Amino acid sequence: MEKRVYFDHAATTPTHPEVVEAMMPYFTQSFGNPSSIYEIAQINKKAIDSAREQVAKLIHADPMEIYFTSGATEADNWAIKGIAESYKKKGNHIITTTTEHHAVLHTCEYLEKQGYEVTYLPVDEYGVVHIEDLKAAIKDTTILITIMMANNEIGTVQSVGEIGALAREKGILFHTDAVQAVGQIPVDVKDMHIDLLSISGHKLNGPKGIGALYVKKGVRLKAFIHGGAQERRRRGGTENVPGIVGLGKAMEIAGSHMEAKAKSLIALRDKLIDGIKEKVPYCKLNGHPEQRLPNNVNYSFEFIEGESLLIMLDMKGISASSGSACTSGSLDPSHVLLGIGLPHEIAHGSLRITLGMHSSEEDVDYLLEVLPSIVQRLRDMSPLYEDFVKKQG
Amino acid sequence: MYTKKVMDHFTNPRNMGELQDADGVGTVGNAKCGDIMRIYLKVEDEVIKDVTFKTFGCGAAVATSSIATELVKGKTIRDALKITNDAVVEALDGLPKAKIHCSLLAEEALHAALWDYSQKHGIEIEGLEPPKEDVGEHHHEDALEEA
Repeated sequence: MEKRVYFDHAATTPTHPEVVEAMMPYFTQSFGNPSSIYEIAQINKKAIDSAREQVAKLIHADPMEIYFTSGATEADNWAIKGIAESYKKKGNHIITTTTEHHAVLHTCEYLEKQGYEVTYLPVDEYGVVHIEDLKAAIKDTTILITIMMANNEIGTVQSVGEIGALAREKGILFHTDAVQAVGQIPVDVKDMHIDLLSISGHKLNGPKGIGALYVKKGVRLKAFIHGGAQERRRRGGTENVPGIVGLGKAMEIAGSHMEAKAKSLIALRDKLIDGIKEKVPYCKLNGHPEQRLPNNVNYSFEFIEGESLLIMLDMKGISASSGSACTSGSLDPSHVLLGIGLPHEIAHGSLRITLGMHSSEEDVDYLLEVLPSIVQRLRDMSPLYEDFVKKQG
Repeated sequence: MYTKKVMDHFTNPRNMGELQDADGVGTVGNAKCGDIMRIYLKVEDEVIKDVTFKTFGCGAAVATSSIATELVKGKTIRDALKITNDAVVEALDGLPKAKIHCSLLAEEALHAALWDYSQKHGIEIEGLEPPKEDVGEHHHEDALEEA
């Protein structure tokens, strides 16, 4: 059988078998509409309530502060557009960073076209936002700070508690896209002074097409989808009950195994980081060396292009990701890699390896075995490497 | 995403490598944009006797360079100049729309190598224009320090 190794968990994760098991009855047996009165409908309503509790528990929120959405993109859109609209009279200024997910960046760009002012804070070479820069960017008109908890490409974890405390002190609402963080690292919306937080199901071994937005009690947020009375009239539409049940179960599983899982992922991650550094010359680790997600490794390899690397890895049965322009259909490589100051030519040669529940030491060893020769093969094809070697004499 | 032919040329590139004592060398593209192609030519009696390439770029960039060398090997300069990027795309059984620029780069690299040959040997090749000066410099050491 062909060997397959999946190293792209930041893109999506396999649905946990227990999650699938939990979801199944809601497709065929208890399929009633939760808004209806009869028993199979009410079973669904209870299942939603129970999932809301499971989601709330992992982030230390109240269940009534959880709203189910179609995913984190919707949650990000709702949080940012919703606050912008609800707090329009207070001000029109939003602060974010240059390395956010496009769900945040494109929403901010949309709002700029509607007359809002957005400050895009720079990050340092490790992808960290400096609190002094944030302080300097705050204006009397600032209504929202939206900064991701952990970066999806380079894995850098921000000092969210510090950002939240500053926002609270200044009376500004704080939203964080916590898609990559929830289930991987401890998240406490109260301790971290978070007002709004986005979650995605399929990033933590839940199903695709389901997410959640945490909205702190007392925060004014207009309805995002107008329709029925679902989600306390803030998000109309018949609930995706199997998805919601799946998200709840995934959050419960993630919470119960988080510490042990993080410990084992960190060991694998560090083995990869050290192994690549040792075996492949002319490479650079992207992201923070310590303040990073347990499952993220991101390297740039000089003289080669990321898409070629991904194809060759795929041919060896390894699925990974790159910030190369060629994988995005644009001429520019990842805005995150450019945001941390990488020159274009280095950013083109990036490789993102993200570990997950099935990742093993054997997988890591296999990657470390095949990667050096693939990189060298591509370098042998590269005129940039030829020039470099000649220059070295 | 890619045709079998593209994958074949990407995984088993033909004529890949540096050609010692080449009569003409052409490099086009820009590292900033993620694509650089270099073509080496050996010409005898106006016939391309040997041709090799080196490419920094995606799968399509490697495949277009590889097939372009196959298409021009053994041809006269005049016939080689007639090979357009469309011919390169056709020979690969197609390319995704976003990758068509790679075939243009292959055509430009070949023309740049022929231009270099014409300049070095004082030969005028009808219809051949000088290459565009957009080859990006690769500041390897600076880049590492900056990063």
